[in-house]
Amino acid sequence: MSILINKNSRVITQGITGKTGMFHTKMCLEYANGANCFVAGVTPKKGGQFYESIPIFENVKEAKEATGATVSVIYVPPPFAAAAIDEAVEADLDLVICITEGIPVRDMIRTRYKMQGRKTRLIGPNCPGLITPDEIKIGIMPGHIHKKGPIGVVSRSGTLTYEAVGQLRELGLGQSSCVGIGGDPVNGMKHIDVLKLFNDDPETEAVIMVGEIGGSDEELCAYWIKEHMTKPVIGFIAGITAPPGKRMGHAGAIISGGKGTAQEKLAVMEECGIKVTRNPAEMGKTLLSVL
Amino acid sequence: MVMAPRGLTTLTDNKGSLMKIHEYQAKEILRHYGVVTPRGIPCFSVAEAITAAKTLGGPVAVVKAQIHAGGRGKGGGVKVAKSPAELEAFAKDIFGMQLITHQTGPEGQKVRRLLIEEGADIKKELYIGMVVDRGTQRVALMASSEGGMDIEEVAAHTPEKIHTIFIDPMKGLLDKDADSVATKIGVPAELVPQARVLLQGLYRAFDETDASLAEINPMVVTGDGRVVALDAKMNFDSNALYRHPEITALRDLDEEDPNEIAASKFDLSYISLDGNIGCLVNGAGLAMATMDIVKLYGGSPANFLDVGGGATTEKVTEAFKLMLNNSNVKAILVNIFGGIMKCDVIAEGVVAAAREVKLSVPLVVRLEGTNVELGKKILVDSGLPIISASNMADAAAKVVEAIRK
Repeated sequence: MSILINKNSRVITQGITGKTGMFHTKMCLEYANGANCFVAGVTPKKGGQFYESIPIFENVKEAKEATGATVSVIYVPPPFAAAAIDEAVEADLDLVICITEGIPVRDMIRTRYKMQGRKTRLIGPNCPGLITPDEIKIGIMPGHIHKKGPIGVVSRSGTLTYEAVGQLRELGLGQSSCVGIGGDPVNGMKHIDVLKLFNDDPETEAVIMVGEIGGSDEELCAYWIKEHMTKPVIGFIAGITAPPGKRMGHAGAIISGGKGTAQEKLAVMEECGIKVTRNPAEMGKTLLSVL
Repeated sequence: MVMAPRGLTTLTDNKGSLMKIHEYQAKEILRHYGVVTPRGIPCFSVAEAITAAKTLGGPVAVVKAQIHAGGRGKGGGVKVAKSPAELEAFAKDIFGMQLITHQTGPEGQKVRRLLIEEGADIKKELYIGMVVDRGTQRVALMASSEGGMDIEEVAAHTPEKIHTIFIDPMKGLLDKDADSVATKIGVPAELVPQARVLLQGLYRAFDETDASLAEINPMVVTGDGRVVALDAKMNFDSNALYRHPEITALRDLDEEDPNEIAASKFDLSYISLDGNIGCLVNGAGLAMATMDIVKLYGGSPANFLDVGGGATTEKVTEAFKLMLNNSNVKAILVNIFGGIMKCDVIAEGVVAAAREVKLSVPLVVRLEGTNVELGKKILVDSGLPIISASNMADAAAKVVEAIRK
């Protein structure tokens, strides 16, 4: 078991003929069951062509009808990426993963509005994607650092997720699924949505939750964990040393009006029974201590 | 109408790498959307200010320093002149001054532009703000009867005085919502239609220009029965500037950190801090975590620097130059989780960069990912005094140790 994706997922790549789309599609094809999972690409005006033997379609609807795919991953450039999400939502896919960084917030507000009442789930944008080790990788994370196991990982940051996975590996701990939810202020699934899935996944025994400054998603998630989570969760929040009012690389990583500080998030998480570490080098060790 | 939930973003997003503009520029934008502002003329010298006051006429003129930071009035950057002599004196005082406010830092910001405006007969000062709310994923309109005050203070002490509406992106700000907010903050009934025009104009301006923040503090009710935006502030979503050349043209580089400008040219994300350990990292989250661990081990980071996913030799070299522009930097910590990028390629970039800038401070490098052994060998074989670290904790300990030597 795993969450959201497994070796039976069938995936459409939107923006498959761009430089980023081609590179990462190739990496994903080469990972585990990727050659069976990545069944279609979409690039307007390139329908009928192929990339690495993957058929390319004009739009998501055609790709879905021809291949039965229910998941898509988006590498479309920022000015067109929100429309690409809309297209996947209109085609009633189960899951859309948007890797693209730099989508205007105004576009995402409209896209999220249109997603209300639809079945499609969104991961990202501005995220590394997700992986179920030894089965399927959808996104830009390095596949080789992962291994199958009982730990769920959810994070707003890409390389910090890799750091957590690397530490787990050192300790011989594999992962059920790793989900990068992205660093944008207006996005799809939040920590809480992913934690709910990990709670219901029989293969997941414990979860590493990595957050960062900005917003209050980690706090909302912590309150949910306190009431409902049946598995141990450990946490780290990046940005204890971040100055207020500055955007720390991610569009959503900003302390504004004294809100969204790492200290506040850590305090709420501790209050809710989550074991937190203030040392990013000890995420793995902290997880081990709660098993 | 819904009250603001806990954690609603408030309105101080004004020191970061967002695109900011001056008050007079924000007012020009808002006037296009039907918002009433005092008549005013932007000036780039004292002589221009004197001429502007004559052009405006009237018994009083207001001299307003134009810098990107807030709190200008308290810092002495806004003065009301009741005679031409006073106006000249105030203009001379303010133009060129180093204006210090709670948002500028202790060194202050030099005043290079003035706004000369007609005076207003103020009967009531109100507060209007607009920002993207992350929780509801909509634009939030916040309004308060406590105009002219710091809105964080109001939020902290009398949150019941802040009224918030989350705006439907497809319908915009409805008449009934605008009227209801205006009434709640104390706009007299006969002036509610004017307030509606202002609020709806503000929302359209916010939406159509891809703003990330807009604030009218204060919005005033005047003795002659008008609703006027006495001050105005707008920030913009830098990810949307590609479709707003008219907004990009308003950028004032004098108001920005030169290092942050240089960084943006090379697509590096850089923020100056006040410590002495330069940090070069790939990925925003890991970059923050690296600063945190440096602090945890007793050091102090000199900067946040995210070189992004594709850390090429050119980018790494520029990143080294940026960090070394800061004379406080006494050591550098490179922390790269290679991921798909190969460590040997990154190691070659670090060595080339260190050579090019003739690096004279200790350099600690932590590499992780594909070909990590090959990468470490390249660092050793370079003959440069590079200290290799095996993980983040080791790297932080070693860089702090290097500074103490």
